[in-house]
Amino acid sequence: MNTLRKIGMPGFGVLAVLAFQVSSAAPGDPAPGPAPGGPVGVGAPGRAGRSFTPEHPHSLAPYFTPATSSPKAPDADGFLQRWLLLEPINKPNSGNTVFTDSYVRNAFTSEYFPNQFTVVPHDGDKVTVAGEELAWHAVDSTLFNVKLFRFADGVNKRTYGVIFWAVTVVNSPREMKNVRLAAGSNSASMWWLNGQEAVNLFGDRRMVMDDGVSKRLTLNQGRNVLRGAVINGPGLSDFCVRFVDENGEPITDIALSLENAGN
Amino acid sequence: MKSCILAAAVPTLLSLWLSSPALALDGEPYIHDPSTVVQCDGKYYAFGTGGSGLVSDDGWTWHSGTRVQAGAAPDLIHMGDRYYMAYASSGGGLGGGHASSIHVKWSKTLDPSSPDYGWNDDHVVASSDGVEDCDAIDPGFLLDPTSGRLWVTYGTYFGFIRIVELDPKTGHHVEGNQPVNIAIDCEATDPLYRDGWYYLFGTHGTCCDGANSTYNIRVGRSRNILGPYLDNLGNDMLKGGGKLVVAASGRFVGPGHFGLMDLGDGVQKFSCHYEADLDKGGRSVLDIRPLLWKDGWPVAGDNFKEGTYEIQSERSGYAVELAVDFVRMGRGGRGMGGGFGGRGGGGPVTPIPAQALAEVSSNWPSGNLDIRLGDFMFRPHQKWTITAVTNAGGYPGSPYFKITIAGTDRALAATAGAEVVAVPAFTGQPEQLWRIDQLTDGTCRIMPKAAPNSTEPLALSAIGYSTPTLAKFDPKSDKARWNFKAP
Repeated sequence: MNTLRKIGMPGFGVLAVLAFQVSSAAPGDPAPGPAPGGPVGVGAPGRAGRSFTPEHPHSLAPYFTPATSSPKAPDADGFLQRWLLLEPINKPNSGNTVFTDSYVRNAFTSEYFPNQFTVVPHDGDKVTVAGEELAWHAVDSTLFNVKLFRFADGVNKRTYGVIFWAVTVVNSPREMKNVRLAAGSNSASMWWLNGQEAVNLFGDRRMVMDDGVSKRLTLNQGRNVLRGAVINGPGLSDFCVRFVDENGEPITDIALSLENAGN
Repeated sequence: MKSCILAAAVPTLLSLWLSSPALALDGEPYIHDPSTVVQCDGKYYAFGTGGSGLVSDDGWTWHSGTRVQAGAAPDLIHMGDRYYMAYASSGGGLGGGHASSIHVKWSKTLDPSSPDYGWNDDHVVASSDGVEDCDAIDPGFLLDPTSGRLWVTYGTYFGFIRIVELDPKTGHHVEGNQPVNIAIDCEATDPLYRDGWYYLFGTHGTCCDGANSTYNIRVGRSRNILGPYLDNLGNDMLKGGGKLVVAASGRFVGPGHFGLMDLGDGVQKFSCHYEADLDKGGRSVLDIRPLLWKDGWPVAGDNFKEGTYEIQSERSGYAVELAVDFVRMGRGGRGMGGGFGGRGGGGPVTPIPAQALAEVSSNWPSGNLDIRLGDFMFRPHQKWTITAVTNAGGYPGSPYFKITIAGTDRALAATAGAEVVAVPAFTGQPEQLWRIDQLTDGTCRIMPKAAPNSTEPLALSAIGYSTPTLAKFDPKSDKARWNFKAP
């Protein structure tokens, strides 16, 4: 992924297009891989092993599109679909049963790159982790969930034994008290809102909407930074995140905007 | 789908809870032929034959109350700003006769210390002449929610059970309305309306023989208040039909005199007496029990019984647990690593002991621990011992309970932020006392006696598949419904 360079958001769309064509697929080729929800040729979650995905073109489509400069509302169910995703960090695990509370917390609180709990990167920014250069990608998920395995595969990176970092900026039209952050992930994950730990999902988890839900939180008027980390051994990995109100109903009158997010 | 869950849940709970002793009401709940329990100005009242009264501040601890002139087997109903009482003047074979009359009177309060207390307008609404096939005793009110019309049933084994209409504004007999026969061979009837059906509860069996009384409560139902009331086999209560609701169990003999307590939010209970509580010298006592519904029929639930349980979320099926590291057990056997069952070499097959508390608890943090929901694996951090707390008050039918991790003093507690944690030790604070009500579908509602900084009642609720919180109870949702299962 050395073709990407750190540039400002005006170049966002161009870079994103490049990012969506990093594969070896020829222009005009059909979208690679199975359709969303279709079969995959990888080991089942929880089983030790490695990916046996055959050689294939790599592309973020159809699971992701480039994030645009226009604010993006959550989907009708409140799921947040615009994210800055860091290419996966190598964290070998042959199985997911090691993901106890202590293990995951330690794995996520270890420092992999500078300012990992404060940075709001730009699309194309790069960090170096254990000598490996990894890039941030600003993407919109085409689904309610963010399919991290497909992201990693799309940028032609490792898909098993990985840690993903995700950041987004939530703009709220007003202060909202007593809201909750609801997350599901495969596998374990932790989530921070404005620097405060909000949700943790430990263990060998399958992604279920509203699996872990935060205590009552306040969304600030204006900018809120939501950050998450997902760890997975073998198998597919993904997450889904939304805000819900006191009654568990989705909050949809917020917007995600990564333009100037890092400023 | 829901009905399948309920059909399975009700017998499961019943069979489990029968394994430990039922808790009898606290105090001196001695009464015979009790009226429906009615709440007035925050207190609970019941009156029995001879005018004996019981009163309770919370529905759990009962004491002798003010006596009233109430003859035999009175009933109570609250309408508008009046509490109406119906009672029988005589009959029931008392003194050898079956001539009796049903009286109705009212008071603006049941609190004898109130200046508004006093029984007014005592009048007769029905009677039997001692010769006819009816004995006018054991009245039971129903204010029909569909029509606003007021009815009273009455009668005993001497002939027919009858129903007659009263004026809800006065309690007087509606002029010209003729009593209708609706059942035989029972007494202590009480009508109830639910979901398009009228239910007629009646008490079968032998009364007034202490530990040998065979009293039991049965029911039939009809689409019409005037019958016919048929049981689950279609047998008419006019021919002796009646589906069993509750009979003797545990140390309690001879339940009779059903009275509905609708506490709202899907919580229904019923009052009755037992002819004999063997633990109280065989005296007749009041009880209050959950009322469940299965396939359109009432089922007697059991008040919560002490024991060690999995607390399972009806929403997710996950179990309430301490948020601590999962400690793996030795895998044993031959799983995927050694071949699936039956394959592989010989060697003895030996049981694997359950994970013991001592194996894991030393690594648990010492302070408050978060609570979450997880796959139930019958591990120590998922087993909860539920114990009645003495002298901490209660609610209709039960005392408050403490909920602690089995073998420890780590107690479930409500927080000021309306969340739940496990505190290191039970101290008896209100936020560590829990009310457990069985709902009409057999699942349970779990509520702290109080939550710091909260004035509204809160219930344990699965806000996420894996996340519990405290929230206002929503009777339409499975979020706040819980099952207690043997671990």
